[in-house]
Amino acid sequence: MKIALFGNPNTGKSTIFNMLTGLRQQVGNFPGVTVDKKKGRIDTAQSQHQLTDFPGTYSIFARSLDEQVVKEVLTNPQHPDYPEAIIYVADAANLERNLLFFSQLYDLGFPILLVLNMWDRAGQKGLQIKLDTLQNNFPAASIVTANARIALGKDRILHAIDQFAVGERTAFHDTAFQALQSDAEQTQNSDERLQKIRALGLITAAPSKISNQSTRLDRILTHRIYGYLIFSAILLVIFQFIFSFASIPMDFIDGQFVRLSSWSAAQLPEGVLSKLLTQGLIPGIGGVLVFVPQIAILFFFIALLEESGYLSRVVFIMDRLMRPFGLNGKSVVPLLSSVACAIPGIMSARTISDWKERLITILVAPFMSCSARIPVYTLLISLVIPKIYIGGFLSLQGLVLFGLYALGILFALGTALLLKLLVKSRTPGFHLMELPDYKTPRLANIGYTVYEKVRVFIFDAGKIIVAISIILWALASYGPSSREQALSALHQEQNYQQAEQAKQQELDNALLLSESYIGHFGKWMEPAIAPLGYDWKIGIALLSSFAAREVFVGSLATIYAVGDDTDTQKRLIEKLKEEKTDKGQATYSLATGASLLVFYVFAMQCMATLAVVKRETNTWTWPLLQLVFMGVVAYMSAFLVFQLLV
Amino acid sequence: MGLLLHMSQTLDSISLNELVEIAAIANNAIAPKLTEMGLTKGQKIKAIFKAPFGDPIAYEINGNIISMRKEEAMQVEVQMA
Repeated sequence: MKIALFGNPNTGKSTIFNMLTGLRQQVGNFPGVTVDKKKGRIDTAQSQHQLTDFPGTYSIFARSLDEQVVKEVLTNPQHPDYPEAIIYVADAANLERNLLFFSQLYDLGFPILLVLNMWDRAGQKGLQIKLDTLQNNFPAASIVTANARIALGKDRILHAIDQFAVGERTAFHDTAFQALQSDAEQTQNSDERLQKIRALGLITAAPSKISNQSTRLDRILTHRIYGYLIFSAILLVIFQFIFSFASIPMDFIDGQFVRLSSWSAAQLPEGVLSKLLTQGLIPGIGGVLVFVPQIAILFFFIALLEESGYLSRVVFIMDRLMRPFGLNGKSVVPLLSSVACAIPGIMSARTISDWKERLITILVAPFMSCSARIPVYTLLISLVIPKIYIGGFLSLQGLVLFGLYALGILFALGTALLLKLLVKSRTPGFHLMELPDYKTPRLANIGYTVYEKVRVFIFDAGKIIVAISIILWALASYGPSSREQALSALHQEQNYQQAEQAKQQELDNALLLSESYIGHFGKWMEPAIAPLGYDWKIGIALLSSFAAREVFVGSLATIYAVGDDTDTQKRLIEKLKEEKTDKGQATYSLATGASLLVFYVFAMQCMATLAVVKRETNTWTWPLLQLVFMGVVAYMSAFLVFQLLV
Repeated sequence: MGLLLHMSQTLDSISLNELVEIAAIANNAIAPKLTEMGLTKGQKIKAIFKAPFGDPIAYEINGNIISMRKEEAMQVEVQMA
């Protein structure tokens, strides 16, 4: 049987979903939109069922993307996700408002099970719920109590699922409500339903109050000074983990894949296929998995903050600051995470329910300078920015680095502003939001979130990343037949023959790359990049670093034949400083270096980001537009900087 | 006196901890959403804390905390409880 899970936000719906399905889950999108669709299997005593988790909503009347999905599925029996039965999760401590949506679903005629979750908290708040009155007013529904946080109620739910039956029923209120279109009619219908529900007298005891303790905490966490200070401190901890500690597992993954690649190269007979496997496919998969630690760490923290109830307070204090840019308080976490890496940042934009605000956040996030830009920045800065101290203590190099980060942030916000005016909105953005009670986070729920995000990244975005990296590898490792002639010509040269074997290998690699397809392409496009101050060697490094920005450094090392060891960076800088143009000037002048720095602030230059944007917007339109837009901005500003400085 | 008692204001302008009663909700696109979150005529509501710059504002209603922007709160007419 196809069963759907509905309920208001903050009712513990996903905890119920996890409790019922365990790890037998699949995450995807609802058709045509990027709203998470989680499916899982339930095994009851009598049979197996498929459970689909729907976004938490307050009614069937749709404004946001999430709500539209819910409405579409519920009102169209032809929809592939149209349920045969419904499990509705309600917060027992907040019953009357939760019953509004329940009463709508009841009146649509579905077999329905009402789960009164957080039963313990209702008790703590001194609420007594008249279950028999509730049952008498919704006779066709089954009703069970649960406390999913401690896995209570699972058996009762499973048992009730086996009893599902399409009972004849009289509507609680009316059945015509689903067709209501106008704001006034929808408001009136919900109002009438709420009045009726309140008139049932289900709850004995006075309506509970928010505790003074919780309000005091709220006033500190949303304070205009302490609120921002506390949030900054939390961010600092998260960044420390993503920047520093994530590099340990990342280096490990990197190392293991290098070993796997050379091990399999030794095992397999030489040939095209073995080369494809050891140099294309294995490093490509490694290039996907290397992102996993950052994704896992970021989502661990996001889930932790969300579970505790704190994240909604962050949204609350950031909303006013982000609004002028067409963004939302919820854009803060994706944008700030993008300073570490745009990939988890963009994935975390899914919490923004307004489509326009989500899209803008996704489109501007890659302008934030991510950690992959750091190797490029540091190489170029130490190459062209003099090591001087302004006023004796302020390092000019440090100042330039700071300026590059600031430039990225300014452009992200500026672009957001531009997009705010350009992107047509499907619905006006609201900020009506419940601030849930503070709770101790449940480790299991956090684990599910991390597992899910990592899986989605590996299997959805991973395919695209592997495909692009294999194409890039092939273009860089193969070349037209003239390459062989060039190689044998090189081998005839006297200084080649006198060189040590390691040096010969480096010279070979340099020639093979510059005579490869990418090399020819780099030479071919030299006229286009000459106005930016680049030669064809820089062109090759630019092209190959589309795989990932830090590849720029490695490609330059290969082209200039400085090999691949620990002091590569030092040797590379020395080598680059010696490089001269045809006219005898330094290739890496201040103008060229600054132009490259600005280029890397703006250009997309990251296929993994492209793949994730495709996954998160469900179309190639947005990632390709983003690629072109960022490319044009990068080209024009690099041109401007070079022409001004040269 | 009679005039004072019936004077109404909107939800964005009440002071912190002042308990008021919802009198009416303006008819527009956000009205159904406000209603669904439990803001209906006759319900008691109280502002309990504000974000920096005074916007958005957090309200207590029926034991829940609901935050809304000033422009949204402006759609809710209230009177002294």
